[in-house]
Amino acid sequence: MASRRPPDRDVAPVVQRIRIRHARRGRLRFSSHRDFQRALERAIRRAGLPIAFSAGFSPHPKISYAGSAPTGVASEAEYVEIGLTSPRDPGQVQVALDAALPPGLDVLDAVEVRTSDFAQRLEASWWRIEFPEVDPVALAGARDAFWAAGSVEVERRTKSGLRRFDAREPVVWLDAHPEQVGGCAILEAVVRHVTLSVRPDDVLAALRQVADLEPPVPPRVTRLAQGPLDPATYAVGDPLAPDRRD
Amino acid sequence: MIYADALIGAGPLATLECMTDLRAGRPIGASHFDRLEPLLAHVAKPIQYVGGEVNAVTKEWDSAEVRWALMYPDAYEVGAPNQGIQILYEVLNEQQDILAERSYAVWPDLEEAMRAAAVPQFTVDGHRALGDFDLIGISFATELGYTNMLTALDLAGIPVHAKDRDLDTPLVVAGGHAAFNPEPIADFIDVAVLGDGEEAVLLISGIVRQWKGEGRPGGRHELLMRLARTGSLYVPALYEVTYLVDGRIQRVVPMHPEVPWRVAKHTLMDLDEWSYPKAPLVPLAETVHERMSVEIFRGCTRGCRFCQAGMITRPVRERSITGVAEIVQRGLEATGFEEVGLLSLSSADHSEIGDIAKNLADRYEDSQTSLSLPSTRVDAFNVDLANELSRGGRRSGLTFAPEGGSERMRKVINKQVTEEDLIRTVTTAYASGWRHVKLYFMCGLPTETDDDVLQIASLAKEVIKAGREISGRRDIKCTVSIGGFVPKPHTPFQWASQLDHETTDARLMKLKDAIRSDREYGKAIGLRYHDGKPGIVEGLLSRGDRRVGRVIETAWRAGARFDGWSEHFSFDGWMAAAEDAFSGEVVDVDWFTTRERERTEVLPWDHLDSGLDSAWLWEDWQDALDEVAVDDCRWTPCFDCGVCDQLGTEIQVGPTGVTTLPMPEVRAGG
Repeated sequence: MASRRPPDRDVAPVVQRIRIRHARRGRLRFSSHRDFQRALERAIRRAGLPIAFSAGFSPHPKISYAGSAPTGVASEAEYVEIGLTSPRDPGQVQVALDAALPPGLDVLDAVEVRTSDFAQRLEASWWRIEFPEVDPVALAGARDAFWAAGSVEVERRTKSGLRRFDAREPVVWLDAHPEQVGGCAILEAVVRHVTLSVRPDDVLAALRQVADLEPPVPPRVTRLAQGPLDPATYAVGDPLAPDRRD
Repeated sequence: MIYADALIGAGPLATLECMTDLRAGRPIGASHFDRLEPLLAHVAKPIQYVGGEVNAVTKEWDSAEVRWALMYPDAYEVGAPNQGIQILYEVLNEQQDILAERSYAVWPDLEEAMRAAAVPQFTVDGHRALGDFDLIGISFATELGYTNMLTALDLAGIPVHAKDRDLDTPLVVAGGHAAFNPEPIADFIDVAVLGDGEEAVLLISGIVRQWKGEGRPGGRHELLMRLARTGSLYVPALYEVTYLVDGRIQRVVPMHPEVPWRVAKHTLMDLDEWSYPKAPLVPLAETVHERMSVEIFRGCTRGCRFCQAGMITRPVRERSITGVAEIVQRGLEATGFEEVGLLSLSSADHSEIGDIAKNLADRYEDSQTSLSLPSTRVDAFNVDLANELSRGGRRSGLTFAPEGGSERMRKVINKQVTEEDLIRTVTTAYASGWRHVKLYFMCGLPTETDDDVLQIASLAKEVIKAGREISGRRDIKCTVSIGGFVPKPHTPFQWASQLDHETTDARLMKLKDAIRSDREYGKAIGLRYHDGKPGIVEGLLSRGDRRVGRVIETAWRAGARFDGWSEHFSFDGWMAAAEDAFSGEVVDVDWFTTRERERTEVLPWDHLDSGLDSAWLWEDWQDALDEVAVDDCRWTPCFDCGVCDQLGTEIQVGPTGVTTLPMPEVRAGG
């Protein structure tokens, strides 16, 4: 009888890890996290990168993902880390992967991993929300009402059922542009990452609650950055900076 | 404008036909994505509607003279991997002055939103309105896509009836296996193509290009005449069907002397000259098949009498071992897929399959690329192949298709497998480390009795018994999957009576009881089946004539969509539609389905030539009733089915003498 043990493969070890920042733009903002995972795995194969695999019956490529933006939301700052079996120049990895991914999934930065506390560095996100056909004055009013509120409880359906939580507290900075840009009123927010993270949708639900803001067209949301939060200026920094040190 | 509550189920559907605001004032060929985009926030899996796949092509509208929208009338997740559409997409886009984009059926949530916002049916490549194209090519793998075609045409603002279309309306061209009897959709399509599409789409494109270049002389009618005169493009509107008082067809007559009495199918003679797909699409959305598929041969001569695909795609034409290797290598580089599928109607029957499998397995062994061979042949050779392909990997399940439960039944359907063969084969599989064997059967075959189906249970028990003996283990499993048999045009069973759904269901219950009540083996045998009702609708659409068109339209207007999906299919809806549409007629659903036909009856598809000689088909039907099997003509003398004679060819099989693959080093992931 044939053996049922996992095949005796020589699994090549990871000799280099690369951290990558990528964008999800335009129509591809409708891709889900799983859609991106499949696209990235195939792009790595097309690009011919020496990706490392786990051992066992069904080997998986060594890729880890930092918390990704919700489906339907665009992003300029998504992060993944890949393990390679032979070293590559990060700049070349960036170019090769960008060419292999479809337009709209664009690789913006790549660095060799030198530090280990990457996930902790993703302290906050900077979001931009565009409201087509909304009056900037109305948006500014809603912004002020939200800002003045001590807390705004919203509901969201999660894997563990309907949850109620405060959407106000993690929002450390909120700004409504005085004028329309491209036919849209614009809101920008910096939101601290907490355990049940407050998403742009939750902020929109809160604005509806405190100021009856009902956009006639679904707003378009973009994550502009995620990284360490400067407690003085509320600026969101570059989480790859510590890896760039020589 | 139509709103949601008027859409599904409740009352007749008002349609968008000829609505002018669909274009929203924008030029022909413009993108409608900005109008679609706000709707996507509220529908399930919006990624399926946005396109942008790796290897997708979007050409400038003005760069082309002939523009095709290729539609698969099912959801993106089913349609995107379809080989036919992908091949034609490449073949057409390779031509400098032709543009081809893809469109898929939208789910009811988006349909509702599109009607409310007057957004037209669109292509996923350029998000262009379907009504802007010259041609809409729709591929019907199954008849259950007919209602989705009507939805798409209506959402595009195209009149659903061909007779109502004008000069600027696209031509609606049907292809795929179901197009071998397009009579039920004759009122809705302009043209049907029988057989291989690669050359046919170029033929059509050439005729359209010329007619447009000449300034569209004679209008739409002249274009249809030019297409019909080829003798290989069927224009239903140019034929008149008359009926006898008892409901049978009297005759089908061309309405113009230049229109041929019979229409021939297209047959691609050399697969190696058509090395497609070269750069398959890599969908972002999850789809039913995520792999690099290569068709290793077309056609089949096993002669299984129930199998329409095997009959209408004759003769056998193999792709060479080097041709296969080239497509695999190029395709993997272009896609990054993790799996290669070697496709055909019976892949283990390729004359050089052993070498192909071994060489590919060697070549890609270290690259984390798996190989699959969807073959269901019941013999030890198949197990050897499966062992080769799963070398070093997991051995989960292996599928065999005896199709008929009893020896007698297998003679009727010409599936030449004995019980001894089957037991020997599964024993080999279990001995090689496989734990799970899947067996495919059909229920409702001609002459079938309860006993024939109950023998499936005894066969499955024997399989488990043999497996336990050889492996010495108790954890082996066998899954029995049962499909309901639907008689299809251009097969020896085209004259047969289809089993009514009540008897089908009763027979399946008896089988279920026979398996479940067995203490020793019952728990090791899984049973999968569907009830008989969808098969009756499929049967009505398969062997229907033009009168069935009214049933399709009535069902669709009452809300029928996605009929291949059990959660959307409504048998009662279809039966109500049939009752309505057939009122005042002498025919009904039973007449089209459970009624056996006589030799002399004019069948709705008799004027469509699949290459098979009608006398041979009838003889084979009589042989079936006499339980006489015939051999595969690849290895035995010809039985005069008529195909090779007509094409002036013969079956094309190896060996070619080439056994190794002259391929450059493959880039492994390490």
